[in-house]
Amino acid sequence: MKATVLTKVAGQSIAKNKMRTLLTMLGIIIGVGAVIVMVAIGQGAQSQIREQIENLGTNMIVITPGTSSQGGVSHGAGSFNRLTVDDSDKLKREGLTISAVSPVVTTFTQAIGGQGNWRTLVNGVSTDYQFIRDWPIESGSFFDETDLRTMRKVAVIGKTVADNLFPGEDPVGQQIQLRNVPFQIIGLLSEKGQTAEGSDQDDTILAPHTTVQTRLSGRSFIRQILASTFSPEEIPAAQDEIASIMRESHELAEWEEDDFTIRNQTDLADTAQSTTQVMTLLLAAIAGISLLVGGIGIMNIMLVSVTERTREIGIRLAIGARGSDVLTQFLVESTVLSAVGGAIGIAVGFGGARLLGHFTGWNTAISPAIVVIALAFSATVGIFFGFYPARQAAALNPIEALRYE
Amino acid sequence: MTDSRGTPVIRTDGLTKIYATGRTEVRALDGVDLTIEQGEMLAIMGASGSGKSTLMNIIGCLDYPTGGTYHLDGIRVDELGKNQLADIRNERIGFVFQGFNLLARTTAIDNVELPLLYDRTGRKLDTPRLAAEALERVGLGDRVDHEPSELSGGEQQRVAIARALVTQPSILLADEPTGNLDSRTSVDVLSLFQQLNDHGITILLVTHEPDISRCAKRIVELRDGRVIRDAPVLNRRNAAADLRDIDAARAREERDKEQLESVG
Repeated sequence: MKATVLTKVAGQSIAKNKMRTLLTMLGIIIGVGAVIVMVAIGQGAQSQIREQIENLGTNMIVITPGTSSQGGVSHGAGSFNRLTVDDSDKLKREGLTISAVSPVVTTFTQAIGGQGNWRTLVNGVSTDYQFIRDWPIESGSFFDETDLRTMRKVAVIGKTVADNLFPGEDPVGQQIQLRNVPFQIIGLLSEKGQTAEGSDQDDTILAPHTTVQTRLSGRSFIRQILASTFSPEEIPAAQDEIASIMRESHELAEWEEDDFTIRNQTDLADTAQSTTQVMTLLLAAIAGISLLVGGIGIMNIMLVSVTERTREIGIRLAIGARGSDVLTQFLVESTVLSAVGGAIGIAVGFGGARLLGHFTGWNTAISPAIVVIALAFSATVGIFFGFYPARQAAALNPIEALRYE
Repeated sequence: MTDSRGTPVIRTDGLTKIYATGRTEVRALDGVDLTIEQGEMLAIMGASGSGKSTLMNIIGCLDYPTGGTYHLDGIRVDELGKNQLADIRNERIGFVFQGFNLLARTTAIDNVELPLLYDRTGRKLDTPRLAAEALERVGLGDRVDHEPSELSGGEQQRVAIARALVTQPSILLADEPTGNLDSRTSVDVLSLFQQLNDHGITILLVTHEPDISRCAKRIVELRDGRVIRDAPVLNRRNAAADLRDIDAARAREERDKEQLESVG
């Protein structure tokens, strides 16, 4: 039989049973729709995490203290902290691939001022910090080299701190007290949102590291050094350069291990990505099962249909249809059922993902690849699950089929 | 079609069909020799169990004999494969069944077109036109878009006959074609068969009613799988004339009834 005739014959018998056709397709529609929505959620989460990690700063490299051990007992990360401002200065001076360097001195304290008080994280940093973190000022200004050198008591505050201490007013020009030391607020940072781990980046106060070290923490060691390169391609080279400068600065002998750790954004991103990839796969697998169930639904209906249409098959065989004609007819029917169901399922999936994104605020992303895969898979389901009933139909004996009531 | 003066449409020699059920064997056909020439109208008669259905199925290429040979249009078909038999059914045989066997929810013209869709010779191209012509031939030119449920029994059987004719087969096989019809419609359908036969179409009727077999030109009677009688019909029935008589009688009855009512 010609292809056009085949589709006509299959189309006729599908159109003759509209309700049954719809119910059969429903399984595939739900299956394909679920796959699309689930994968959209997974991929949306992935792209959100990627954005958040890029949001940390551009081309950022993080240097943290290494571990130390005494008599085989590891003291854990930062147990032997030898990072100093000198390291940071040396990197700034000597690093050829490094565009900006900032030490980070951290202390938790109560900030008092304006409407009350607020416990927050105070970061002592250098002027490069705003470039490394790619963090613009919303109002006022960032502190400058003079502030840093003269250890002035100035602060730049994050949005969350501003909202809690000075709700509804401009904090720039106001005073806050940190451990009884008055600081003047000279700038307000723009909103940056949450990190990939969910902590609020805007809940912070930035001040010159010199001031924080002398006035607040009283420690000479620093928590981490942030650096950035001119371009992402330079990150591996920069990491090597930082390592050699740091070893020189710490006067490490050839046989000694690094007493610091260097990580970059990509490392962080990879960890986060792999987690969400597992999640996406899991979601897709669950949705795939519903697609499988839809396929079994098609097989079920086609089997019923073969029994119900035994006489019709007998007529077709008597007037000269070959077994292969009947087989093809039933295969085309089940394939058309599942392919049309798949197409509707894709539309449902698009709509569902859009709606879900609208109501939950989750990021959803639909890639063309998954649409193609879902469509191909649903057509395959039709052929696979349609084959057994179709073979049953083709194997019927015309004499018995004609006599069937 | 080649000159078939010498080639019979159907020739069976010692046709045998044995069903082996466990230890007993049933000889449904026991050496049937039958020759049907072109343009014949033959009736096969016999009680149930006489083997007439088995013979019909084998002649219709739906079943294989267990012995003997069967030639259709000079082609030996008892040795062909399943697919070739399907093609023979499509090209050379037209079936008319007792139960009409039309596809439900399918218009008359789509039903008639159906055999053409399975045509493998590629000769029958303009299938809608051929189907419409076949319907015209059985007097249903104005019913092409009606579905079986919208047609009377007689009309449904006419659609089935059109479907059997549309491929221009060598022979029309009709298995109890009037079994599901009332007496007037039966005569109507039989007159259509006679009319088609007058135009040269070879027809094989299977029936157990003597009244119907008398419409044929020749009667073959089977019993226990053997031919016990093979004779031409001497006083052949003219179905068209009978139909006119029936209608005239009915019209008379109607008139009498009306008169009776008007008098009363």
